Amino acid sequence: MLDQVVFYFFAALAIVSAILVVTRRNAVQSAIFLVTALLATAGIFLNLNAEFLFIVQVILYAGGIMVLFIFVIMLVNLDVALHQVQFNRQWFVALIISAVLAAQVAAAIAVSRRTLYTMPAAPAESLQPNTERVAFYLFHTYVLPFEIASILLLVAMVGAVVMAKKRV
Amino acid sequence: MPYVLPVLFALVIVALLPLVAGYIVLVERKVMADMQVRLGPMRVGPHGLLQPIADAVKLLLKEDIIPESADRLVFWGAPLISVTTAMVALAALPIGPFFQIAELNIGLLFILGVSSLGIFGIVLGGWASNSHYSLLGALRSAAQLVSYETSAGMAIVGALLLAGTLSTRGIVQAQAQTEVWFIFAAPVGFFIYLVASIAETNRAPFDMPEAESELVAGYMTEYSGFRWALYFLAEYTNMIVVASIATTLFLGGWLRPFASTSYLDFLDWLPPLLMAGVAGYCFWRAPKQPVAVQKMFMAAVGLLCIVLALVLIMPMAAPRDSFLASSKAGIHGAFWFLFKVGAYIYVFMWLRFTFPRYRFDQLMRLGWQFLVPLSIVNVMGIGVGLALHRQLNWPAAPALILGIVLTLVAGAYLLATGEKHEHPRVGEEEEEETPVNA
Amino acid sequence: MVPIGHYIFLSVALLAIGIVGVVTRRNVIIILMSIELILNAVNINLVAFSRLVGSVEGQIFAIFIITDAAAEAAVGLGIIIAFFRNRETVLADEMDILKW
Repeated sequence: MLDQVVFYFFAALAIVSAILVVTRRNAVQSAIFLVTALLATAGIFLNLNAEFLFIVQVILYAGGIMVLFIFVIMLVNLDVALHQVQFNRQWFVALIISAVLAAQVAAAIAVSRRTLYTMPAAPAESLQPNTERVAFYLFHTYVLPFEIASILLLVAMVGAVVMAKKRV
Repeated sequence: MPYVLPVLFALVIVALLPLVAGYIVLVERKVMADMQVRLGPMRVGPHGLLQPIADAVKLLLKEDIIPESADRLVFWGAPLISVTTAMVALAALPIGPFFQIAELNIGLLFILGVSSLGIFGIVLGGWASNSHYSLLGALRSAAQLVSYETSAGMAIVGALLLAGTLSTRGIVQAQAQTEVWFIFAAPVGFFIYLVASIAETNRAPFDMPEAESELVAGYMTEYSGFRWALYFLAEYTNMIVVASIATTLFLGGWLRPFASTSYLDFLDWLPPLLMAGVAGYCFWRAPKQPVAVQKMFMAAVGLLCIVLALVLIMPMAAPRDSFLASSKAGIHGAFWFLFKVGAYIYVFMWLRFTFPRYRFDQLMRLGWQFLVPLSIVNVMGIGVGLALHRQLNWPAAPALILGIVLTLVAGAYLLATGEKHEHPRVGEEEEEETPVNA
Repeated sequence: MVPIGHYIFLSVALLAIGIVGVVTRRNVIIILMSIELILNAVNINLVAFSRLVGSVEGQIFAIFIITDAAAEAAVGLGIIIAFFRNRETVLADEMDILKW
């Protein structure tokens, strides 16, 4: 019961803030609502017994990436952009595309609802202890992707420095 | 009924926190006065003991000003973000083996994550004020926090390797088992965390975001009255949080010094004796106060200390196996935990009144070119020590000392090479680069 | 556990909102934020199915996606700063020259 209340609360919060992210005129307000959406997602992760991912989402996404976003928004002075047209002429096409996409997935869910709604979930204990299990998979089965991800981060770091520095 | 006790603790902490923060401010002013050979606040109450309450009343009665061009909603909400995140972070702290609101298996990461959200309060507050000083303070704060969180996180990873768990209680228990506080197993990590935590709480010598000689008051420039008090509360709560993390990770949490050495058990008498000493001092000073009310107040403080001493002494005097005797770990644990937190905060004050403020580019250089590499080397050094100990069966002490020596060599190398990057003189290079914000 | 279909609905909703943001907004920073929304929608799906089948491997993929998002944000914001320095704009349809 509590599970479901928590899920629907966070789901509603995530969707409402996501809509506000793409509709707000002011980029800082968009960023604030994106933080809310990300934290709501973190709450859903917690509800799904993914404690480690919950805290990764909070530290990395909300506390790291979003601070970077807000930092850049404040660095690039947006006062001028605030009074310009915020949406381009494709908005109608975009709405149609995403509506079609949503309809497709809804249809897919409707077709397979018997299995989707009755599939028994694995016991919650199968994910515990969460941090240890994540670490085990990350450093045994997925150690090569892990190393590749580290190289990706290095490349991104070098790229960002080269891009943002005035004289290299 | 499993929620009653945690909710009770939470209420007590939330209710006491403003008072505690106020008295930390008073202690800070007293310490500052002592270091500058002054007396500090002496007027309100004996030895200024009621000063925090007077300050709080003044702040609450001040006019509430919102600048006209401010983003009202964000301006209103930003201090709340700061305070809430700082207070939520307190939930996972183990104040003694019994006093803890929530025991989480990701406890330490939870504290880190929640307190890292506090930056939004500062940044959004600075932005919403719609003032240049505030915005500059907010930008500095964001850059500073992101930079120093990296090294603080890596320093914590080092200690976590030693503990082998993320649960705050588990970390302290690991220190009880190995009979070594992690500050001795990872001194470099503690040093890095000390520096990084000062920067994270925006305190001198790293108080760039609110440098009063440059930015008026940084992100708080436009704030006044209650909202300003909320920022202050958040700042001091954050100090308590980082001090508690350091205490839990490096200083043995609620453990007494030499907790497992039984012939040093007389150290258990130290807390009640300390309290009794304070009480004696209060009673000695009470008749010398100028006003009758102050005499009574001083005596009341003395009585409070007597009561605390009795509370601390009760479990030791009680017969074995009684309930009181079994509560000793909790009561004395809480004392030692708070004592260590206080000591850590005292170090903060000491540093604040000793060092001049850093320049912002010096701050960034220190963070990225010295602390981050050093913290990575620190993790590797501890890793080498642990590998030698666990895989090759070396005794623990030489293995860990080897790791520490490796880290120190790397640190010395960083210091030696870092000297070459002299900052260009003001006016030579920096001037021609106009800031984007200007 | 809430039926898995609801998680898919939530994820699709976030995905659709993110796509609308990417396609319609002119501000590059908000486009980047919408991409974060899309990545987030994927994460919800991965974690929900990881809970359903009782294996943490879905969470591993979510961690990789978050890593990816961090890299993407760093490079993207670096490009935005570089572009803003040269053209004084952050609007996507004004980024119409290939070289400067």
